[in-house]
Amino acid sequence: MNGPKPVNQRAWWLVLPVLVSVAFSAIIPLMTVVNYSVQDILGPTQRVFVGMEWFREVLRDSELHGALLRQLVFSGAVLLIEMPLGVALALAMPQSGWRASLALVLFAMPLLIPWNVVGTIWQIFARPDIGMLGHALTQLGFDYNYAQHSMDAWITVLLMDVWHWTSLVALLAYAGLRSIPEAYYQAAAIDGASRWAVFRHIELPRLRSVLMIAVLLRFMDSFMIYTEPFVLTGGGPGTATTFLSQYLTQKAVGQFDLGPAAAFSLVYFLIILLVCFMLYSFMKDIDTRESP
Amino acid sequence: MNEAPCSFHRGIDGMAQIQLIDLGHSYESRPASSRPARAHEADPWALKPMTMSWNDGGAYALLGPSGCGKTTLLNIISGLLQPTRGRILFDERDVTALPPESRNIAQVFQFPIVYDTMTVFENLAFPLRNRGWHAADIEQRVREISAILDLDADLGRRARGLSAEAKQKISLGRGLVRPDVAAVLFDEPLTVIDPHLKWLLRRKLKQIHQQLRLSLIYVTHDQTEALTFADRVVVMTHGEIVQVGTAEELFEVPEHRFVGEFIGSPGMNFLECAWDGNSARIEGIVIRTVSAMRPARQDSLAIGIRPEYVQIVPGPGPNCVPVHIVSVRDVGVSTMVALEVAGRSAWAKLRAPCALSASERTFAHFPPERCALYAGDRRVA
Repeated sequence: MNGPKPVNQRAWWLVLPVLVSVAFSAIIPLMTVVNYSVQDILGPTQRVFVGMEWFREVLRDSELHGALLRQLVFSGAVLLIEMPLGVALALAMPQSGWRASLALVLFAMPLLIPWNVVGTIWQIFARPDIGMLGHALTQLGFDYNYAQHSMDAWITVLLMDVWHWTSLVALLAYAGLRSIPEAYYQAAAIDGASRWAVFRHIELPRLRSVLMIAVLLRFMDSFMIYTEPFVLTGGGPGTATTFLSQYLTQKAVGQFDLGPAAAFSLVYFLIILLVCFMLYSFMKDIDTRESP
Repeated sequence: MNEAPCSFHRGIDGMAQIQLIDLGHSYESRPASSRPARAHEADPWALKPMTMSWNDGGAYALLGPSGCGKTTLLNIISGLLQPTRGRILFDERDVTALPPESRNIAQVFQFPIVYDTMTVFENLAFPLRNRGWHAADIEQRVREISAILDLDADLGRRARGLSAEAKQKISLGRGLVRPDVAAVLFDEPLTVIDPHLKWLLRRKLKQIHQQLRLSLIYVTHDQTEALTFADRVVVMTHGEIVQVGTAEELFEVPEHRFVGEFIGSPGMNFLECAWDGNSARIEGIVIRTVSAMRPARQDSLAIGIRPEYVQIVPGPGPNCVPVHIVSVRDVGVSTMVALEVAGRSAWAKLRAPCALSASERTFAHFPPERCALYAGDRRVA
């Protein structure tokens, strides 16, 4: 043998279909947004290159800071409530028989309802004049009105999200629990482990990977939440429940500020990417620290 | 490993003779006795009512095919399962209603069970911590057990990264660490262990048994494992204990046709025979056996003889029947001869190489002291 073996490059053609579909579904749209974010679009044929101008404007925008802060608080609250509640529900769910099937169907129900329907349901349910929840609270003497009080709006939006999405966490955790072999529980019974020790040393470690997925899913979803608060409170009262997506939509569609909206989209995208990466590597880290 | 630490002298509460009294279990909610049985139904008893006792300090193997009720029996003894009927006594003390942690029993499962997030030390300490021991006592006790199991070097490591063999040792250690443990139950513990480590671990178990004088009950479906490990082998089939005996007894005197067929390779030959009022006959030839009693029933009688004891002889004689040789196979240490006797197939396992050839017609001699009469499934005494 002399010289390197000639390499057949024709296999690259096999990658082409994927490349084309990814280009049209992801790369080109993304690059369009990048393109917008560095130009001032004055008309269909008139555009000016403005460099980092829009990014600077967006990052200095105090309304955006407010929306980002609210968004972080909201996602944090969602995770803090839904994760423990979901796991607790999964632990309490029946393990077999018709009760288990019934519980699974009931738990899957909220997940099947379209976002805007969920928003509408709660919008009516929580109305102080005709809604069952709102009216009941008012009758009980609470000064409850989600359209007027920021706190009430927040509680209602959170309650709605918990109602809508806790079952996802519960179902994931339930599936994880069912995959734990019976022998682990038997060994723990012989070792005299308490219920808490069983949870802490058997169930929780074995749920780690599904819970990691649940945290990522719930974070990404709640961080991008749009429809439900839009239908329920419209972002109000004032801007009390205006989250990032809604603010972005207002900018892009409402005010037609394409440049700043594009710059904002990219920042938004990077924030989600960053936080997901941080969460993922944090949990991966726990994983590896516990192996030798 | 030379001397047993002094703390292993067990007190009175550590001794345990385990007695099962009329013990039975059914996985159905209502056992057969409480409702009329329907013909098409399978036998509802996973464990047919039985009475037997396990002596203190014995090494028992519970041998039987998959699904025969071995694990059910084991889980009832350890308390993981409540029997449908009957009682369990540990040294005359009724423990039927006690939960597993209140019985002085340890159990090792088919797959190694370790607490992943804990170190080896914490794993071994776990049962003691759950019982509220003081840290200093735990430390001392865990070190004693890890010395016996050769786990000293791994004590500080996470349990999850260890080999299956080491994990199985940890599972065992969590049982042994409790000083009151009188019996250790093993549920096919070597299933996931590499073959070359199996005998090492099995030897370790025997060593521990001799050192600590614990009762061991070892569930397996592997007859070699059962016969080499245990002093006494308990053979089960279809939820029933059919014989308890030493390896030799099971081989020489199978009390039940299942034992004859299950133990040995190939299993015992059972040849249908007729009863003339005084003796058993195959094709009209009188076959004398060790069975002195008259069979209680006249139907489904058979002569049982191990293939190892069948002799091929050239001509007729007492206890000789004409046979047709189907095939002859040299398997190294012995020669396997497939025979046809009175239309039934049988095996002969000959020690010496022989000059037989297939389709030959000759005679087989059944030495009377090696033959027994079986009526139905049971050996006739």
